[in-house]
Amino acid sequence: MSAAPLAATAEGDHVALAISGAWTVERAAELERLIERTSRRHARARSVDIDLSGLDRLDTFGAWLIERLKRSFVIRGAAANVTGLSETDCALMAELQTANQAPAKERAAPNAILLGLNSVGRGMTEVGTSLLMVVHMFGALVLAALGTIAHPRRLRFTSIVHHMEKVGWRAVPIITLSTFMIGAILAQQGLVRFHAFGADMYVVDMVAVLVLREVGALIVCVMVAGRSGSSYTAEIGSMKMREEIDALRTMGLDPVEVLVLPRIIALVLSVPMLTFLGSMAALYGAGLVCWLYGGMAPAVFLERLREAIWLPTFAVGMIKAPFMALIIGLVACSEGFEVDGSAASLGLKTTASVVKSIFLIIAIDGVFAMFFASIGI
Amino acid sequence: MTVSNNPPVISVRDLVVGFGAATVLNGASIEVFEGEVLGFVGGSGAGKSVLMRAIIGLLPKRKGTVEVFGSDLDTLNGRQRRAIEQRWGVLFQQGALFSSLNALQNVQFPMREYLRLSPRLMDEIALAKLEMVGLRADVRSKYPAELSGGMIKRVALARALALDPDIVFLDEPTSGLDPIGAADFDELIRTLQQTLGLSVFMVTHDLDSLHAVCDRIAVLSEGRVIATGPIETMLASKHPWLRSYFGGKRGRQVQRPTEKAMQH
Repeated sequence: MSAAPLAATAEGDHVALAISGAWTVERAAELERLIERTSRRHARARSVDIDLSGLDRLDTFGAWLIERLKRSFVIRGAAANVTGLSETDCALMAELQTANQAPAKERAAPNAILLGLNSVGRGMTEVGTSLLMVVHMFGALVLAALGTIAHPRRLRFTSIVHHMEKVGWRAVPIITLSTFMIGAILAQQGLVRFHAFGADMYVVDMVAVLVLREVGALIVCVMVAGRSGSSYTAEIGSMKMREEIDALRTMGLDPVEVLVLPRIIALVLSVPMLTFLGSMAALYGAGLVCWLYGGMAPAVFLERLREAIWLPTFAVGMIKAPFMALIIGLVACSEGFEVDGSAASLGLKTTASVVKSIFLIIAIDGVFAMFFASIGI
Repeated sequence: MTVSNNPPVISVRDLVVGFGAATVLNGASIEVFEGEVLGFVGGSGAGKSVLMRAIIGLLPKRKGTVEVFGSDLDTLNGRQRRAIEQRWGVLFQQGALFSSLNALQNVQFPMREYLRLSPRLMDEIALAKLEMVGLRADVRSKYPAELSGGMIKRVALARALALDPDIVFLDEPTSGLDPIGAADFDELIRTLQQTLGLSVFMVTHDLDSLHAVCDRIAVLSEGRVIATGPIETMLASKHPWLRSYFGGKRGRQVQRPTEKAMQH
């Protein structure tokens, strides 16, 4: 049959529409344009007959389009009459007669300026709430810690060791390798610049102070935030999604004590060790470059190192490590608890966890720098 | 019942599926005819879901053939296969709604991927589908995390029906629903099956569903389909597993209303 799917014959203000062929999903787009055109062309019709006897196949899409065609006439006050409906299609047409009765809500186009202001405002309040969240988590952590001090047997020792293996031991290769390379790069850059002044020796001073005071702890913490902070958020977040945290609560256990405390203790213990290893690897890298690239004998390098640094230089770096670890842990765990039901929010919170903890690490590093400068170390 | 005169839409022959050393299905054969509701039962862990997943291609098979709409799925190229995939809809046990999309967007997802429709038509059709599965229009903007278990199943059913498929696979559609919700869902499946002329492949444990909606029942045991037929055949069977399944304490409770209905 090659007849048009929708044929219209108009007599005065009466229109006869003959529908034929297959009205199915494959042709839905074409049919929609067709009914729109037909309904516009016969906008002034007072009575409409829709004859469905030529219909071969009908599915929900076709049935809805016929229903929409009919309604477009009815809404203008015309009388619409459907005939020739086969028995098999009757139920489907009846089903769609009740569909979409509620008037579709107009989607108001939002004002672009208001949207921009809205997102700025939201962003600002989020900064506040996210800081509050970290403080809140810190309070909960202190409470949990006090609880375990009162009842030391509630401390999950196995869990701490397990997490130390994950965030500490398994991170050793990648962290020593990266800090080794950072040390080597710093030394190489220093040698090139300092050679111009004939001050090759001072490369050792620069690298040693930079690595021990600042870069060692920073690099290690940034890597830990990316490596372990993100996995803490994802772990806790997916536990939240699958109601495991609610399950813990109903069993009378405190999720902060069970999940957060061991993780943060593991971080606070592991990060100083990683910082120490990282600083040593960086110094080793620097020494190797000075020897092979700058022609400085290892004995000379060590001699210069001994003169360049004293114990506080080393201590300044090491003292920062546990505080930074605490920040990473608090941010990661509090973001984990913020995850709601959707997969997208898990991704969002994991990203937020890494970004926020790296930012806070740098901020806290600045605070420490000011503090040490003012006490003269 | 005249459905067995209809051509089969799915025909599975001597299917072997296994994981590692374990063989879950060992020569399973089954046919689903056009316009029927086939209930598929078997003990927990017997491999009902495995068979369903092997038919729709989520699990690799070791041997055997799967024909859908008369064409062997192994011989099809990518385009032909996608054409077949558009003609079936799957309702997963947990719904498997996309958690980052709301109810309306979930139903529209297959339409967006496969059809070029105007946004208005997609909205209207998706809303109509949500209404067909018995949901009110105000669930459209809710996300899966905000829906109850029964609503998730209904939205998932609406999504399975999005492209007006010819076959619907249902994996334990009534599990996790209360008896009233389950009965409603059974009725819904029956109504939709009749309105849309669907063929339904339903994995289920629910004896009420088997009575209420299934034209035929297939029983899987020890990796094979050991019996197929209408519920009366199952009840009359002498097979020990069937007797304990349909004749056990829970089975008898369901039998009574049908006996009453027969006396009328």
